[in-house]
Amino acid sequence: MSLTRAEAEKIPPTRTERIRSLLRTERLPHIWCPACGIGIVLKVFAEAVLESGIDPDKHIVVSGIGCAGRITGYLRLDGYHVLHGRPIPFAVGLKTSRPELEVTVISGDGDLLTIGGNHFIHAARRNDDINVILINNFNYGMTGGQYGATTPPGSRTLTSPYGHIEGAFNVPYISAALGASYVARWSVLHERELKKSILEMFTVDGFAVIEVVSPCILYGELNNIPPLEMMKKFREKCIIDHNADLSQIDLDPSFKKPIVLGNFLKIDKPSYQTQYIKLIERVRGGARGRA
Amino acid sequence: MASGNGLLRPGVYFMRGNDAAVEGALIAGCRFFAGYPITPSNEVSARMSRRMPEVGGYFIQMEDEIASIMAVIGAAVGGVKAMTATSGPGFSLMQEAIGLSAMIEAPTVIIDVQRGGPSTGLPTLVGQGDIMQAKWGSHGDYSSIAYLPNSPQEMFDLTIEAFNAAWKYRVPVIVLADQMVGQMIEKVVVPPHEKIQIVDRKRPEVPPEEYLPFDKRYLVPPMAAAGEGYRVHMTGLTHDERGYPTTRHEVSKWLVEKLVEKVRRNEKEIAMWETYEVDDAKLVVVAFGITSRSAKRAVREARRKGLRVGLFRPKTAWPFPYWALEDIVSSGAKVLVVEINMGQMVHVVREYVGKENVYHMPWAPGAVPPPETILEKITEVYSP
Amino acid sequence: MPERSPVVAVLVKRRIPLNLSQTLRPLGEVSIEAELCKGCGFCIEFCPMGVLELSDSINKQGYQYPRVKQGKEDSCVACGMCERVCPEFAIQVREVAKKPVEVMW
Repeated sequence: MSLTRAEAEKIPPTRTERIRSLLRTERLPHIWCPACGIGIVLKVFAEAVLESGIDPDKHIVVSGIGCAGRITGYLRLDGYHVLHGRPIPFAVGLKTSRPELEVTVISGDGDLLTIGGNHFIHAARRNDDINVILINNFNYGMTGGQYGATTPPGSRTLTSPYGHIEGAFNVPYISAALGASYVARWSVLHERELKKSILEMFTVDGFAVIEVVSPCILYGELNNIPPLEMMKKFREKCIIDHNADLSQIDLDPSFKKPIVLGNFLKIDKPSYQTQYIKLIERVRGGARGRA
Repeated sequence: MASGNGLLRPGVYFMRGNDAAVEGALIAGCRFFAGYPITPSNEVSARMSRRMPEVGGYFIQMEDEIASIMAVIGAAVGGVKAMTATSGPGFSLMQEAIGLSAMIEAPTVIIDVQRGGPSTGLPTLVGQGDIMQAKWGSHGDYSSIAYLPNSPQEMFDLTIEAFNAAWKYRVPVIVLADQMVGQMIEKVVVPPHEKIQIVDRKRPEVPPEEYLPFDKRYLVPPMAAAGEGYRVHMTGLTHDERGYPTTRHEVSKWLVEKLVEKVRRNEKEIAMWETYEVDDAKLVVVAFGITSRSAKRAVREARRKGLRVGLFRPKTAWPFPYWALEDIVSSGAKVLVVEINMGQMVHVVREYVGKENVYHMPWAPGAVPPPETILEKITEVYSP
Repeated sequence: MPERSPVVAVLVKRRIPLNLSQTLRPLGEVSIEAELCKGCGFCIEFCPMGVLELSDSINKQGYQYPRVKQGKEDSCVACGMCERVCPEFAIQVREVAKKPVEVMW
């Protein structure tokens, strides 16, 4: 059906068209597998940036290596795809020296919590004012599906063919214990709540973590939970409990026990960066300026 | 001591090398420091933690050296001049990140106050064993620049040079100090600030829609900082001029050639060296850092004994001023390389001057070879 | 997946809302970019109105992409769930009209 220009201009844009300017559409289709949830996080994050009220020029994204790390390559924002395990200290350096920027780290469970574990720990302890979106797909997907710090015991992975004999991190629990100011967990199906959570995260002064649970074809095939099944389970067997006891909310991707989602924690305490700016003012006796 | 803008006022000071490096960095415009404690560089971070707020800059002590160098690179992509300081073990940890700094062309300055190695080695004693690592430490093809100060004055001067080179060529730059030069206290002259040349990054001259972060037309592309509206994408993956990852071989060729050529093509402007009594020398001693001071004494003594000996002191390890050395030994002079390691700079010298007539005096880390010992070796290899 | 149709009002004890004749519901139009689809099946699963099914065609990458079921063209209520849940930006939905609500006794 052909339209006049006037008619075409009256048609409101779809959600996808609204975020077009924030996507590097020339690089689509993206590299992620069919039924991978990372594409949903990309979409939700772009929408959140648009609705955040912060100039997209000031939104900076930093990612590490892995499937989730490729997300910066598809966002039309200043984006930095850095070393494996190291997006957090990079983001901390950028935010500390350019406090007016809104810096978000988007990366995977292996990158942020396994090899990057030490940096996660200390950025949380310092309450660095960065946003962290940790996409948890229970394995190192990009390299073929090895186990990592969030792979639940008993799982079959490329490097645990007889069943995984290690324990896994409970991300909201450790984030809260380490001193994060904001902790939440959502699934890629709960994209509405996820977006709201990201919008809230932008307003937090301090270390903010959102764990996003995502299906993965590799993990799914080896553990009898194909992505579509996991998405259905997200619909049927997730519990939203903002006041959950974080020590009890380990993830069970086989859903023998339900997955607990929610906005678990929000504490108002000044970030390292806010405190440092005050320190400069104190040292320079009031007027903070650059030499 | 500090002026209204917090910087060290021009004048004559009696300063420790590590401290002089801090003041040089601040005058060069450094406004972000991230570091991790390691002997014998601790004076740098201690002074930075006190001075940074005074100049309105930012300091953060990170959880390890990897975090430190990553934070420095993060600050650099935001257009902020940034630095870290470490020693051998920390420098080893930083190698992967140095590769990233080279790959995304983010200017970084690293002060490596070398100590005895290998491994934990001799934390409080001098070493010069990081020379090769400063160029070859990270995997793959890239360039770095490395300075070799031999005094607190040079700690001040060459740190400023390091920032200028880093931000002009968009490469990682290492100030290869050693424990002695870093911790000795000597006269440092701070000239009037307006006489000090400071180089800033070349900014883009086109609007964001036309800007390419790694524009093929430039060997050193103009640099857009984060948050300026250019929406750059930078990745450690092999990338094209848009910054997007690619596996195309012709792009890989363009990229690695460019990264290597950046310094190679500009080596004559970047390299620095000093000579002493080389014009009629039959033997040229090559030494750097603290060793060069002991060697200079030995050379003077040799001259007093009638031996025609000179000193060639590189002030940059990389790029190595090979043309200057080639020129000096073209008359047939022999070379004696003295260094506090088991053989690093000697390989570079041999690469350009040949294996014949290049003698080597390695010295185990933990002490400086005394002038008398160097003189003995000079006498041993000298022939009129 | 249970069949669903554009029914909004299910009547209990035969009580009809007074404004039923004025009540309108959105009619959505789905557009599918076949070449972007990777055949994950999320949109088909999560459409509350059962509008979508796998088509018989495959795109250039070899993935089977969805289509609107025959006879279900009017069932889309523009909830946008397909667009929200698609990881590939391959399906979009737009509200194109308002239609009266159908009543089932």
